[in-house]
Amino acid sequence: MNNPQLNKQGELQHLLSTEGLPSHILYDILDRASAFVDGAGRGEIRKVPLLHGKSVFNVFFENSTRTRTTFEIAAKRLSADVVNLNIGISSTSKGETLLDTVDNLCAMHADMFVVRHAQSGAAHFIAKHVAPEIHVINAGDGRHAHPTQAILDMFTIRHYKKEFHNLRVAIVGDILHSRVARSQIHALTTLGVPEVRVIAPKTLLPSHVEQLGVRVFHDMEQGLRDVDVVLMLRLQKERMLGAALPSAQEYFKYYGLTQEKLALAKSDAIVMHPGPMNRGIEIDSSVADGGQSVILPQVTFGIAVRMAVMSMLAGAK
Amino acid sequence: MNIHIKNGRLIDPKNKIDAVQDIFIASGKVLATGKKPNDFTVEKIIDANGLVVVPGLIDLAARLREPGYEYKATLESEMNAAVAGGITSLACPPDTEPVLDEPGLVEMLKHRALALSQAHVYPIGALTYGLKGMELTEMAELADAGCVAFSQADASLTDTRVLMRAMQYAATFNFGVWLRPQDSFLAREGVAHDGEVATRLGLPSIPVCAETIALSTMLNLARETGVSLHVCRISSAASVAMIREAKKEGLPITCDVSMNHIHLSEMDIGYFDSNCHLIPPLRNQRDRDALRAGLLEGVIDAVCSNHSPVDDDAKQLPFAEAEAGATGLELLLPLVLKWTRQEKYSLAEAIAKITVNPARILKINAGHLSIGAVADVCIFDPEKDWKVEASALLSQGKNTPFLGVEMLGRVRYTLVNGQIVYQATIA
Repeated sequence: MNNPQLNKQGELQHLLSTEGLPSHILYDILDRASAFVDGAGRGEIRKVPLLHGKSVFNVFFENSTRTRTTFEIAAKRLSADVVNLNIGISSTSKGETLLDTVDNLCAMHADMFVVRHAQSGAAHFIAKHVAPEIHVINAGDGRHAHPTQAILDMFTIRHYKKEFHNLRVAIVGDILHSRVARSQIHALTTLGVPEVRVIAPKTLLPSHVEQLGVRVFHDMEQGLRDVDVVLMLRLQKERMLGAALPSAQEYFKYYGLTQEKLALAKSDAIVMHPGPMNRGIEIDSSVADGGQSVILPQVTFGIAVRMAVMSMLAGAK
Repeated sequence: MNIHIKNGRLIDPKNKIDAVQDIFIASGKVLATGKKPNDFTVEKIIDANGLVVVPGLIDLAARLREPGYEYKATLESEMNAAVAGGITSLACPPDTEPVLDEPGLVEMLKHRALALSQAHVYPIGALTYGLKGMELTEMAELADAGCVAFSQADASLTDTRVLMRAMQYAATFNFGVWLRPQDSFLAREGVAHDGEVATRLGLPSIPVCAETIALSTMLNLARETGVSLHVCRISSAASVAMIREAKKEGLPITCDVSMNHIHLSEMDIGYFDSNCHLIPPLRNQRDRDALRAGLLEGVIDAVCSNHSPVDDDAKQLPFAEAEAGATGLELLLPLVLKWTRQEKYSLAEAIAKITVNPARILKINAGHLSIGAVADVCIFDPEKDWKVEASALLSQGKNTPFLGVEMLGRVRYTLVNGQIVYQATIA
């Protein structure tokens, strides 16, 4: 089966998922992103004309101020024209099908779509139906994938840890419903991280998750032992309604990241979170704001990574 | 019309015939096989040299979408598709709009079908009003109107007391109850098998236990009530094992599987192919292999098309939002032939699974070519290769996981009541 995100020459046509992405493309994105981050490491990014004259459409069927904003900043720093479309539920309630929406957007002569949608596979669906000169970036589809988030996480890990091949990485929280976790797992295994762990109660793990190449832990203290990187996930409040968890308090007690639990990881371990955080539910404030947290640099690197992805898709050297 | 079908390989599983034999049809009935009766005047000769002549096929699950969903398909379009697929009798689930829970609706459907004088239509009545799982329908009245069995289609019946009462009541009149096992709580929002692929793609999933828990309930209640239970469209290895045990025990149950599930698995979903969004979900390769083995062994009695034409607007959506279902009438025969060849199975035994066995489940006198039987006949070319393409399908539904796939075997003639209702235009 053809990988729908690569063209016939094996180059990136769309960015839909980190699964099936060749490691050289992943490294290429990371290297490009480095070039956008200034040498002092303060994360300042200059404006460059790489996407001058191109239009990027942020097409969000699901609300997300933060992700949309970082894509918007990235596109503007590349000198692209940016159009924000919060489609939400308005079009569908007017009876327009997703396909009609996509056709209409194509007719507006976009060069790139940044798409977020509540359904797994929506970005693949849109990529399959757009005109061949249009590139699609998946900014999150259902529980399936959020590749730019995972790649910015990889960028952050490389920034602090330099290499991937000697790391132990733990992902903690709601793996079952998380597109971020799936994309992180594929990116980490592709980049050669020898041990990827997932830590969660059984109700928040998908079946056969070990087939994605991870070690499963239900006990957070065991799972965090000697890890180099801790990737926290956001816990959606509705999980308490679907009988996945009894209470936020009990979750925090057993799966929330506190200083005591973090002490089990390596002393130089870094802590990451895709945001927005629920302080006191999945992460204690003292950890979120502590010396091992790299949560704010993640956000800055996110802009550089999104610039790298957009410039690569646009064919800029 | 007096028809002489000559030089064909006649396969009639019920009468244990598999030989090159002529067949003679007069007044809509089979008059003779083998030698021409002396007083027979031939009006039409069908040269079946190199072709296989079998009883008209019987499909246990074909949604014709009437009444209510005419934008997806109509009786006309789907009856054309049925006879093009060699199907001469079909059972229709009650999940139409309105639901088949009123004798008047059933009579209208029968009447509409009769007027088209193509395949015979056997409506399955709703077991409960509106398929809501609360109140029993007037089963005896519905049977008088033409219903041959009673079912919940894909709607759940969670109240086990209602289910038991429905079975007891149906058993009173010796009506068959057809149920597809699925626990609605465990299946809630699920669109794919709870396995590797759903995990990878982030699709809400349906575990195998959603099927086995419901099946276990059904089997217990069938034991309790003595109802003749037909288990529809099982999807898992575990269910095959449970049906095997129940049959061994002597429960009066039968079972079918959809043609999609003996060929496909969750892997075929690939990158969110919504044509593989089916009910029940495609499970893993072990499940598929167990279904194939169960069919060989006879634990599964019949193969159905589970024909569910879906319009493009409802299918052209992200996987979970796309309506489940696939068109199937024209693929039933080639897919059964494919399974037969792959398993090196006897053609006659395979044909039984789409003729005499489903006839027995429907309790109708069809699916065989005995002398005096209604002359419903399918004549096919077992070596004809063709490619499944939307333009090659007569069904209004063009959605199938088999689009682009090469098939071997195609219907040349279909006869219903001794009349040629379909003749292939291609040689």
